[in-house]
Amino acid sequence: MSRMIQRYSFSERLMHWLTALTYTYCFCTGLAFYTPYLFWLAVILGGGPTSRFWHPIVGVAFFLIALWMHSVWGPDMKLTETDKRWLDRSKDYASNNDGVLPPQERFNGGQKVFYWVMYCGAFFLLLSGIFIWFPEYISFSLAWVRQTMIVIHEIAALVTIGGFIIHVYMSVFFVPGSVEGMTTGFVPIRWARAHHKLWYIRMTGGEAPSKE
Amino acid sequence: MANGILEIKAISGHAGPVPGRDTSRDYDVCKYIDVTTCIGCKACEVACLEWNGYPFRDTVFDNTYQTMPDTAWNYYNLIRFNEHVDEDGTLKWLMRKDGCMHCADPGCLRACPSDGAIVQYANGIVDFNQEHCIGCQYCVTGCPFNIPKLNPETKKVHKCTLCSDRVSAGLEPACIKACPTGCLHFGSKDDMKDQAEKRAKQLREHTSHKSAGVYDPAGVGGTHVIYVLHDIEHPEHYGGLPKDPRVPLLVRIWKGPLKWLGNLAMAAGILGVAAHYIRFGPKGEGEDPKEGEK
Repeated sequence: MSRMIQRYSFSERLMHWLTALTYTYCFCTGLAFYTPYLFWLAVILGGGPTSRFWHPIVGVAFFLIALWMHSVWGPDMKLTETDKRWLDRSKDYASNNDGVLPPQERFNGGQKVFYWVMYCGAFFLLLSGIFIWFPEYISFSLAWVRQTMIVIHEIAALVTIGGFIIHVYMSVFFVPGSVEGMTTGFVPIRWARAHHKLWYIRMTGGEAPSKE
Repeated sequence: MANGILEIKAISGHAGPVPGRDTSRDYDVCKYIDVTTCIGCKACEVACLEWNGYPFRDTVFDNTYQTMPDTAWNYYNLIRFNEHVDEDGTLKWLMRKDGCMHCADPGCLRACPSDGAIVQYANGIVDFNQEHCIGCQYCVTGCPFNIPKLNPETKKVHKCTLCSDRVSAGLEPACIKACPTGCLHFGSKDDMKDQAEKRAKQLREHTSHKSAGVYDPAGVGGTHVIYVLHDIEHPEHYGGLPKDPRVPLLVRIWKGPLKWLGNLAMAAGILGVAAHYIRFGPKGEGEDPKEGEK
């Protein structure tokens, strides 16, 4: 049994799962409005009018939690030279050829890119979403604003959905131990060494742990 | 459908086979509005309110002969009044009955995401089913004529139904019934188009309205409400009637390529990560450091 090291504090886990919950709700109701083949999602989530009522409100909640997340993780998410080198070799990461990758800090280049996609996406979705929320206040002569905002909202949503699919796949299937890290807050030492060596050394001083 | 009565079965005093027997007339219905004979009396506005059971609203007097600035969720039908001065100095009082045009290619229906909230009947009527409306107002964004209006209390959108209830019972819409000058007509699209063209020709040949014409815009596939205008070149003089209305380009992109490209991308994303898992499988969890190793 490998020794454990704390990766996420309680508040970090809380904010992560709150964004996950609010994003997933908006994802499901948004898909319902997006395509008739998925309108049943709105039906099982309480009906079309209910989904229409809550989607923007939960969306604003997602945005506010994303701001909170940014105040906590923002500094950790700056892309560094090492990240760029890692991203250049992301093909090796995807094909499990991890030996050639530069060691990574607390978050690797891919995680940071995902973070910025979602964080910027939140701004685009909120700004365009406000116009779609209250179309009755936009005069007919400004109809193009309504039309443009819907298109921006959908493109921004599709981009974040791309990130979301990859994020869920990687954490649940591709990198075992990630979900446990985000639920319990702890990861095994060996996991930290394998995936985030620089962070591991910073946290432990690189000392080999004493056997317990 | 009640319009089946338009099919000829027998005619009187006719030797030989009945002409038109067993052939169907065009079942498309149409409201034809001759704005050149409208006197702006608002009888159609009142009839519309009465038939649909809406109370009369507060009016807004803005020094014109228009009841209020715009149609509303419970005011489907508005006579728009515009004063227009021609180049030769002639003052025209233009009255136009504004309301849903019942497009053959309805932008509201294209834009609507809710299953069954907007229907287009085979006879051409585009109707809103408020029990399925979710209040998103995408229809407002899709409409090139600024017709659908939200009831802020119920969050349901309403518009002219072309009295689909009356028409399905073989009656004409309420506004037609109330019109005292006969500027409103109702019948099959072919008949109405024919009458309208004749009237426009009459205006061109016998009056000073040399550019009179029929407004049946092709950009939305034609409409089931058509106008005869004094000046077909300038429909915008009649209170913002668009010259070449279309379902807005962005709405067509949004409901066309953006939809199927997005669906394709999402499906490809899910299949892609599944394929990746089968090809590469999960990452190893790494090893604990040995003595003296970082």
